[in-house]
Amino acid sequence: MALTFRLNGEEVRIPDADPSATLLDWLRDERGLTGTKEGCNEGDCGACTVMVTDARGSKALNACILFLPQLNGKSVRTVEGAAGPDGSLHPMQQAMVDHHGSQCGFCTPGFIMSMVTAHANGATDFDDQLAGNLCRCTGYAPIIRAAEAAKDAPVPDWITRDRPVAPGPQPLMPQSADELAELCEQTPDATLIAGATDVGLWVTKQLRHLPQMIFLDGCADLKGIEVTGTTVRIGAMADMNALRAAMEPLHPSFAEMLRRFASQQVRAAATVGGNIANGSPIGDTPPALIALDATLHLRKGNSRRELPLEDFFLDYGKQNRQPGEFVEAVSFPRRPDTLKVYKLSKRFDQDISAVLGAFNITVENGRITAARIAFGGMAGIPKRAPHVEAALTGQPWDQASIQSAAASFDQDFTPMTDMRASAGYRLETARNMLTRYFAEKDGQAVSVLEVRP
Amino acid sequence: MSVSKPLPHDAADLHVTGAARYVDDIPTPVGTLHLAFGLSPIARGHITGMHLHDVQHSPGVAAVMTAKGLPFSNDVSPSIHDEPLLAAGTVNYVGQPVFLVVADSHRNARIAARKGKVDYQEEPALLTLDAALAADSRFEEGPRIYQKGDAAAAIDAAPRIVEGSFELGGQEHFYLEGQAAMAWPQEDGGMHVFSSTQHPTEIQHKVADAIGLPMHAVRVETRRMGGGFGGKESQGNALAVACAVAARLTGKPCKMRYDRDDDMVITGKRHAFRISYRAGFGDDGQLQGIEFLHLADCGWAQDLSLPVADRAMLHADNAYLIPSIRIESHRLRTNRQSATAYRGFGGPQGMVGIERVMDHIAHDLGIDPAELRQRNYYAAPAEAKPDNTTPYGMEVTDFELHGMTADLLRSSDYAARKAAIAEWNKTQTHLKRGIAFSPVKFGISFTLTHLNQAGALVHVYQDGSVHLNHGGTEMGQGLFQKVAQVAASRFGIPLEKVKITATDTGKVPNTSATAASSGSDLNGMAVKAACDTIRARMAEHLALQHQARPGDVVFKNGQVRVGQDVMTFDQAAMACYQGRISLSATGFYKTPKVEWDRIKGQGRPFYYFAYGAAVTEVAVDALTGENRILRCDILHDAGASLNPALDVGQIEGGYVQGAGWLTTEELVWDDAGRLRTHAPSTYKIPACSDRPDVFNVKLWDGQNREDTIYRSKAVGEPPFMLGISAWLALSDAVAAFGPAYPALNAPATAEEVWRAIRRVRDGI
Repeated sequence: MALTFRLNGEEVRIPDADPSATLLDWLRDERGLTGTKEGCNEGDCGACTVMVTDARGSKALNACILFLPQLNGKSVRTVEGAAGPDGSLHPMQQAMVDHHGSQCGFCTPGFIMSMVTAHANGATDFDDQLAGNLCRCTGYAPIIRAAEAAKDAPVPDWITRDRPVAPGPQPLMPQSADELAELCEQTPDATLIAGATDVGLWVTKQLRHLPQMIFLDGCADLKGIEVTGTTVRIGAMADMNALRAAMEPLHPSFAEMLRRFASQQVRAAATVGGNIANGSPIGDTPPALIALDATLHLRKGNSRRELPLEDFFLDYGKQNRQPGEFVEAVSFPRRPDTLKVYKLSKRFDQDISAVLGAFNITVENGRITAARIAFGGMAGIPKRAPHVEAALTGQPWDQASIQSAAASFDQDFTPMTDMRASAGYRLETARNMLTRYFAEKDGQAVSVLEVRP
Repeated sequence: MSVSKPLPHDAADLHVTGAARYVDDIPTPVGTLHLAFGLSPIARGHITGMHLHDVQHSPGVAAVMTAKGLPFSNDVSPSIHDEPLLAAGTVNYVGQPVFLVVADSHRNARIAARKGKVDYQEEPALLTLDAALAADSRFEEGPRIYQKGDAAAAIDAAPRIVEGSFELGGQEHFYLEGQAAMAWPQEDGGMHVFSSTQHPTEIQHKVADAIGLPMHAVRVETRRMGGGFGGKESQGNALAVACAVAARLTGKPCKMRYDRDDDMVITGKRHAFRISYRAGFGDDGQLQGIEFLHLADCGWAQDLSLPVADRAMLHADNAYLIPSIRIESHRLRTNRQSATAYRGFGGPQGMVGIERVMDHIAHDLGIDPAELRQRNYYAAPAEAKPDNTTPYGMEVTDFELHGMTADLLRSSDYAARKAAIAEWNKTQTHLKRGIAFSPVKFGISFTLTHLNQAGALVHVYQDGSVHLNHGGTEMGQGLFQKVAQVAASRFGIPLEKVKITATDTGKVPNTSATAASSGSDLNGMAVKAACDTIRARMAEHLALQHQARPGDVVFKNGQVRVGQDVMTFDQAAMACYQGRISLSATGFYKTPKVEWDRIKGQGRPFYYFAYGAAVTEVAVDALTGENRILRCDILHDAGASLNPALDVGQIEGGYVQGAGWLTTEELVWDDAGRLRTHAPSTYKIPACSDRPDVFNVKLWDGQNREDTIYRSKAVGEPPFMLGISAWLALSDAVAAFGPAYPALNAPATAEEVWRAIRRVRDGI
């Protein structure tokens, strides 16, 4: 595969790239750019963070699970390119020195690139911008002081000058849904690469060889999120940051969950289609979308079909998807916002859910007229709670109804014990999330994240 | 003078530009080979057959080694030779290295390592403290017992008694840079080793034994680590030795770094403890007697477990004068990773034990826990008390906590906030807040007395520039900068004139691990001695030349003043060189006054104590147990700080790491002994937003009462234990849900907090 992209301002051509090579390995082993570090090789620590710029803007991404073809036509900036050509430090670099933001220094390049990217984008929500960068030495306080100190400095011209390059056409990089449909039919066994936040680990951790990979990033027509008066339609290639922005005005609780869905770097890469198609029982968007009564749009060649999202998940590791078929979009009807999404994990940020509960309960004239409740982490698939829903529907909106419906969770779920949580805790907290939903609607304080010192 | 200035880390510019080189960043010679271990998938058993054909024929593989193929010593243990590089006959935990793959790339080595097929005859594994205790599987012949007075009698005679038992989990170091080493074979069979280690001399020693050569044939170099925290005190041995034996076999440079999952599965962690206690006290909360039972999970090999468990016992008193106490410590051998050094080295576990007791007593009596703690403090230096000795017979003569506590409780507005929290809690159904104060008294010195020594090598070049070397290693703590500040101060020159160089066993021999918070104390003094030797020689020569007395030669502000004559330091260096004065010197230091009998549990194991105090406020949610730190106020004693900025960095970072240990950082093994939390996806160290919203850290304005380097105090480990206040604050918040004592285990994950709330509120 022949690739072209810009690296720290210079155009780079790789005539014969291994499509499953990661940017991190290439930077370190081929280019001798060892500033970008391998901390975990799975996208969880951020030590390998780089800035990637394309026509849509700049993103911080984890280079360890970023395949080289995902960069075709883009511009990459590593820590070696954070300072100016004359060696003058980026304001974030200088601030990190001045505020003692580095100790052992191993996470620092990743922090610098997240900070440089946030700075370029004018983002100042640093706790979120840096949620995907782990530091074991500093306790983060001096890093945040550095970020705050430099946030108003002008963006250096070597950063603003980053522009994508014109990539040549590539056989396994479709540029539209139509091209993708054709490719998928021709090579139904190929692995589809959207953001690679999951497939990346097949390569770095399972050490798998992927004989055929199709890279979807060029399919711009799959990236849109369309909001009309009646429907919200989310293209499969919309990333989690785009989804979060779209949900903010419509379903703020969903958007808040998406803030915690994963780190900035992972959210910038991960796609809605990928989060659905990989069928994980602990993917965070499916329960929320199911609660919103979502429809999944699948496509194979030129034929399309639709099904309720919950019906896509058949069993653990098994989805209702034919060879050569792919997720084109997911849509849900516009309705008044009654959705609350509760993500329970050991750590608030950048953690996989032990339980994710999505509650969408409609109350009219004091009576529950509809309830859609779905969970992640409670079964082998993202799953609705039909008995709980039935127990609620038609009942008055009061504490007694909630309490009586809570008993039905035992009929809906038999969760398991693993390293994230015990079965008992999962079941009881799932139940308690219904209590929380009622309490929250009742105006009670229910989130420790909202308690201020 | 450059000491006491808040200068940045010596490599800060290199860190932020990505130019700082770690082992894996060192450019490798052509032909360098890469290593990976094949690991045991079972927790305990005998190897009955090895089928490594597929490994040998995997792409890129140059060699495969097993225990039988090792040329000399098969041993990477730092203590009693019970830890082979490669399993010889038996395996003792899931993740134990069984064979070694040498290949042309890191990835090819990893791929090949998974192709080994090894037959095992499995044996029942000891995976819990109870199982190990039942099997009498332990290190040392029986429990160690330290005692003062008759604790049982004192407790029985006391008006009130509390007792309990709790689990205290281990902790993964999660240094951001995984373990790494590289060995370059030399022309005469020797090895030049680059290692990410806190203990280059240990690496040198183990490598020398493994390749059958004296230590002089092995040179170990360590410029920096990407974090250590104790995890690189002994755990780097295996990689360095593997590289050396593979380099000896192939004649090629060999490099090894663990993938993160391998790192977490193979290497040791903080010791998990179960601590049981029985405490007798008066109605006023005055302690009369305590019994502690420590069960330490040491894992499968001894490693450093004995001194770790000792140090836990030595901190079972923390800041409190306990008239009668008995501490019984069992060092249990289980089929898990061999637990190892981790920041605090057992001290935190011992300290959590006594802080738990204080929390329990305060709850029992309904006394403010901060008040209760102060009532039981050791006496201040000026205050006369008939007995002010620790359980191990050491007189406490430098107790700073009375003043520090009063100061911190005032500056953090503790009393008013505690009252406000109680009011707020009354208005809430699902959420409660909690607040807690906890003190730290941490003993400084290696308890193995002979380790309390250090060496340095200093050269002054004829142009006046200074080359500095010492036996300490840099893992992020800023040791190199602090020591350079000492050197610059001794010569009265700007810091830029001092070149800090990699730790190198060829420059300074027989070093101790950079551990026990001792780096600046020991190496700072050794460097001072070396500088003063050179300075004295220079002064003598210059005095002679300028008809002055050596005592009148002053090194200050980059200048040397000899009577009325003034020259630059550079001119002075040149003059001395031309006068044929030796401008190179070694320096040596050994800590005075320490003397310790670990079997009797009597003596003075510590030169002095470092102190700290913290107040933490948290919020918890009863529905899920989710919890969060809202605010933390810290006052910490770094003596007369060598570098306040670096010290504050250690304090902030130590607190967050300590709070992480006791909250989100949960190690989970399954019933087969497999570690299920072996990557950052499943093992959760604090992230950015987990630090306190309000985080006030101040240094106590004092100086070391002992004669340490510029009267500073060690600061690496003590602040870690300030994190205990977060755990106690959670206990306080949980207690707001009902009458029972929360009896929290650690880590207090959301699930554990949820359980505790149910116990307290619902009696479940």
